[in-house]
Amino acid sequence: MWSYTLRRLLATIPTLLAVITACYILVHAAPGGPFDSDRNVSEAVLANLQAKYHLDLPPWQQYLHYLNSLLHGDLGASFRYADWSVNDLVAAALPVSLTIGGLSILISFIVGVGLGITAALRQNSLADYGVMLIGNLGSVFPSFVIGPVLVLVFALWLHWLPAGGWDDFKPAFMVLPIALLTFINVATIARVMRGSLLEVLHSNFIRTARAKGLPTRLVVMRHALKPALLPVISVMSPLAISSITAALVTETVFSLPGIGKLIVNGAGNRDYTLVLGLVVLITVLAVTLNLLVDLAYAALDPKIRYH
Amino acid sequence: MDQLAQAPVAAPGRSPWADARDRFMRNKAAVASLVILALIALACIVGPSLLPYEFDTADWDAMKLPPTWQGFHLWGTDESGRDLLVRCLIGGRISLMVGLLATLCSVAVGIAWGATAGFLGGKVDSFMMRFVDMMYAIPYLLIAILLVTILGRDFYLVVLAITAFSWMDMARVVRGQTLSLRNMEFVEAARAIGVPTRRIIFAHIVPNLLGVVVIYTTVTVPGVILTESVLSFLGLGIQEPMTSWGVLIEDGTKVMEVAPWMLLFPGALLSITLYCFNFIGDGLRDALDPKQR
Repeated sequence: MWSYTLRRLLATIPTLLAVITACYILVHAAPGGPFDSDRNVSEAVLANLQAKYHLDLPPWQQYLHYLNSLLHGDLGASFRYADWSVNDLVAAALPVSLTIGGLSILISFIVGVGLGITAALRQNSLADYGVMLIGNLGSVFPSFVIGPVLVLVFALWLHWLPAGGWDDFKPAFMVLPIALLTFINVATIARVMRGSLLEVLHSNFIRTARAKGLPTRLVVMRHALKPALLPVISVMSPLAISSITAALVTETVFSLPGIGKLIVNGAGNRDYTLVLGLVVLITVLAVTLNLLVDLAYAALDPKIRYH
Repeated sequence: MDQLAQAPVAAPGRSPWADARDRFMRNKAAVASLVILALIALACIVGPSLLPYEFDTADWDAMKLPPTWQGFHLWGTDESGRDLLVRCLIGGRISLMVGLLATLCSVAVGIAWGATAGFLGGKVDSFMMRFVDMMYAIPYLLIAILLVTILGRDFYLVVLAITAFSWMDMARVVRGQTLSLRNMEFVEAARAIGVPTRRIIFAHIVPNLLGVVVIYTTVTVPGVILTESVLSFLGLGIQEPMTSWGVLIEDGTKVMEVAPWMLLFPGALLSITLYCFNFIGDGLRDALDPKQR
């Protein structure tokens, strides 16, 4: 297990480096520097500013400086928000995104696995078709159609919940965003869970367990669940990455002050350094998540480790 | 008796493609989806020239009209009095065009990448596939946003940004297929009787790749359309006065309290299109890959 962990850990480094480098080159190939504003700045001040942000150095040295500051957890300064570093902006926005994203992943895992088990145990029943229908809808209808429709129904017509916004982690403002993200993820998880459990239930060791007289509940809980969960866990990392996409939409639809909103606004303002910083941050998060999922998979399935 | 007499003595030879077509035609959901999709595409192509309105002319006397026969605004108008039906059809042109172009590009890249990796094998293969794995780990929409932020929001740049992150599935599938085909007995037999490599590739390998390529192409199209819509929805894709389904849905969200039809019509149009592509993809998979049934 340790050597596997180490190998996977080392394999993430080239990925991160490649993404960071590619994004860095892209951003620095873009026309316009951070200090080409309309304001007239004296030569001395400009020189000082450029020295402060290492803009007077040759490009490769700037790049090394950037990598160095990244290693120290510094994402740089924002072009547009004066006096704000990307770190400040992230520190304000990240808790919002993590709360929404984390809760929705947790809920969708529990609900999705539950629905998947229900559907698999009652294959071809009404409950099964119901679950599969939800699964189909959630995976086909785009989040930016479902989201506004949720607002239309629950906020504007029924007046049950606020239409959007954020008020210091008050639950009422979280319900709809979490519901939207959950709906999208539950679809995938339930479908995968149903498929894999059905497959496991047809295998020989389950027949043995039934033959020795175990009640269905124990057969499922003790024998079938663990192998059936493996495909679900392997689908969690692409799901987490698509949740980031969905988070951009969710935070825009519900105007939440999270990372997604920050990146969309940054892109709208052509705030290169902010977008670069956020892309780097999210890529690191995504790659880490991928790694964790892979490790969890290896811990559950010994076959992977000796590959 | 009559029918028996009319039956041909020997069944004519059937190509596997004819078989596949028959299997596809028997799948009602897939055929219905194909018809609906064709109708939507047709409407997008000829509709705007048949309707009495332009997609970008404002009419200050007809702002935010609900769907009505009056003045023939069948799907209502938007906040500047532009006819929503025409806008949806023009937006559909753009969405479908982006879908088609980006799919063609990513299919071409994917086949080239996958086939090369599969044929060459060894170190080159493992390096090329490592690169594909790497691309999967990247939250692609963010990079697409970065690309669009820096390069601008031109139609072709949006296509490019989408293509850059939608070719990997195809590359993986084609590579796997090529790898297994390369070691098949019929390829070995062809090699043994002295068929030149080029002919092996074009006469034996490529026709066998076509099936998976067709299937994965239909899976790529909705994904690509969806990505374009998300970009446009976030205000980072197609720009006013040009429009696409994503732009229209974004416009609709802003005014959904007073003009819900502005959200519901383009939303429904996009969702139906994506749903149809999914059914067609399923139908093609069943038709072209009988082993899986």
